[in-house]
Amino acid sequence: MESVITHEEGLNLKETELRLGLPGSDESSEKESISISSSRNKRAVPDSVEDRESVSDTKHATAPPAKAQVVGWPPIRSYRKNCFQPKKVETETGSYVKVSMDGAPYLRKVDLKVYKCYPELLEALENMFKLTIGEYSEREGYKGSEYAPTYEDKDGDWMLVGDVPWEMFMSTCKRLRIMKGSEARGLGHGA
Amino acid sequence: MDPSTKLTKEIEVLKQVLPLITSHKDRNSVSQVCKDFYHVERCSRTKVFIGNCYAVSPEMVARRFPNIRSVTLKGKPRFADFNLVPENWGADVHSWLVVFAEFYPFLEELRLKRMTVSDASLEFLATSFTEFRALSLSSCDGFSTDGLEAIATHCKALTELDIQENDIDDVSGDWLSCFPEDFASLEVLNFSSLNTDVSFDVLEDLVCRCKSLRVLKVNKNISLEQLQRLLVWTPQLIELGTGSFNQELVPRQFQMLESAFDNCKNLSTISGLWEATSQNLAALYPVSARLSFLNLSYANLQSSALAELLAHCSNLRRLWVLDTVEDKGLEAVGSCCPFLEELRVFPAGPFDQDMDYGVTESGLVAVSNGCRRLKYVLYFCMQMTNDAVATVVQNCPDFTHFRLCIMNPSQPDYLTNEPMDEAFGAVVKNCTNLERLSLSGLLTDLTFEYIGKYAKKLEILSVAFAGSSDLGMQQVLEGCPMLRKLEIRDCPFGDAALLSGLDKYESMRSLWMSTCNLTMTGCKELAKERPRLNVEVIKDEETDEETDKVYVYRSLAGPRSDAPPFVVSL
Repeated sequence: MESVITHEEGLNLKETELRLGLPGSDESSEKESISISSSRNKRAVPDSVEDRESVSDTKHATAPPAKAQVVGWPPIRSYRKNCFQPKKVETETGSYVKVSMDGAPYLRKVDLKVYKCYPELLEALENMFKLTIGEYSEREGYKGSEYAPTYEDKDGDWMLVGDVPWEMFMSTCKRLRIMKGSEARGLGHGA
Repeated sequence: MDPSTKLTKEIEVLKQVLPLITSHKDRNSVSQVCKDFYHVERCSRTKVFIGNCYAVSPEMVARRFPNIRSVTLKGKPRFADFNLVPENWGADVHSWLVVFAEFYPFLEELRLKRMTVSDASLEFLATSFTEFRALSLSSCDGFSTDGLEAIATHCKALTELDIQENDIDDVSGDWLSCFPEDFASLEVLNFSSLNTDVSFDVLEDLVCRCKSLRVLKVNKNISLEQLQRLLVWTPQLIELGTGSFNQELVPRQFQMLESAFDNCKNLSTISGLWEATSQNLAALYPVSARLSFLNLSYANLQSSALAELLAHCSNLRRLWVLDTVEDKGLEAVGSCCPFLEELRVFPAGPFDQDMDYGVTESGLVAVSNGCRRLKYVLYFCMQMTNDAVATVVQNCPDFTHFRLCIMNPSQPDYLTNEPMDEAFGAVVKNCTNLERLSLSGLLTDLTFEYIGKYAKKLEILSVAFAGSSDLGMQQVLEGCPMLRKLEIRDCPFGDAALLSGLDKYESMRSLWMSTCNLTMTGCKELAKERPRLNVEVIKDEETDEETDKVYVYRSLAGPRSDAPPFVVSL
């Protein structure tokens, strides 16, 4: 699924997107006009500076219709609205994530925002659990180490800590797990 | 033999056969054969279904059917679910209960949907019917957990307490503690939509005593550890609604949970699963292959977690999910669940302006590729194309229920920018058994022309932000012989469209039209021409429109006597 990556890459694609709506037609109850398409529209998005400037004036008129303004639309029962919180809210406020270590009786928590880079985080983990993790290499992970730090990303997949840029790690990391022993050594070995 | 002897013999046979005929449609057919059949049928009917509580009066029901034990009553128009019907509109059950107390003192079952039920009514119910067994309340309002206390306290023979998705005052969980200590007859207990804590000890004792419990749906305050303890007492369970499913479990706890599930050899439905994590879902693997219905609509799963779980659920017939699973998750549905008949995809953040996830047309196509037996779909999506829908219905021609919600009103095919007429045209042409259809997207009168021409078995149609002129509505009214319920909002249909259905509405249960182009003149004309229809205008304080909301339904009981001031019967 091609996803339109917006803020992470610093492009605000919503603002620069070309749409077919009539100026001022941001009322979602317009029956006749061709309505504003959603931000997932797959038409080519202009990325030249010129285009960005020329559409910025019409940005306001072609903003997506405010979904909450139409009473009873989309037709969802209110009990469904009330008892659900989108998961992504978690990583935005404070960045405490749980850290588990194989064999430990209880979990710990770390605030990712406190660290600016991987070495700082790894040092903190080494102190917290009294162990040595070793050096990261792209080819061989944490080679030679008894332990490998891994994390669960927002897709639910378990990844090796260190592969992606720190900023991306911060925004996708849901929890950490320090793997131990042969399972740990298995990661990063030409897998 | 002479005709009267023959008829007597036929009646004797009918009397033997009738107890086996339970469908109300079949019984209605029997009752129309002749007067004798009508009388035999009416005396032998024990279950009555009233689809619109204002279509008939309780006294009329009592006069016709003297031996009723089970009543199903439905009240408000369905758009009340989406806040389109003001509060205190009506559908109060109390007047029905008073008549039932007099004529059906041995009433056993009451199933209510979109009715107003007060605590006093629940108390009255609990104390008036000594044989009362089963109470089911779905989308009702007006009561609190105090009312449930009365039920638990007084209904000694209760087998079913099913509280679904109601708008109620959740004061406390004490009601559960009101069941007597020796009470052990429950077979169905569903309190999943209540938010207050019940005493776990009381629940555990109750569940342990009720050996016939086959349906247990707890609320999200019940933890995983507590669930495991309950499951130990209920290996016979057929349907389970779990509580919260995101507790961190150490290996020993996980194994106990897994083995508790493994013990439930009859489990075929699982719901609840609030905030389920993929680790915990693994506890379901022992029972997954037997599951026929999995409701994950409270578990905001990502695609990989769903795929992992579904790999074990090869026999699934019904699946409800959130759109957090995205198209990739739906691909897994297509590849893992070849017997799937029903799919519902709910939006996780429909009012969230920043939402950057959801499902698109490719998810639905992926499901249709793998699940050729699909009959029921409810799909909330960000975008759709005519081609995708055409592909879906070519793959799955057996649809009986096709409910598509493109969440941006009046959105066209996002690739071609055309209206979505051809999509729904494909649906009605291919799916000859279609009973229910919900439309969305940019639609012209052509959609309605297709519906009127092809959707010959259509019973329920929901329309929003669609159509170009009166002709659209007219084509549906003229073309769909089995239409029962038509609900329309925000469409350019006016008086001419309304009046084109003059000969139609008495064969339907109801018509709802809001924010269309109706005027008082048109509505009054309809009321005048068809006195057996109730034509009600709901005055909206917020808009100046006199006829913003109109509700039309056939009735034997005449205009409502309990209408609030803002409901005007014409």
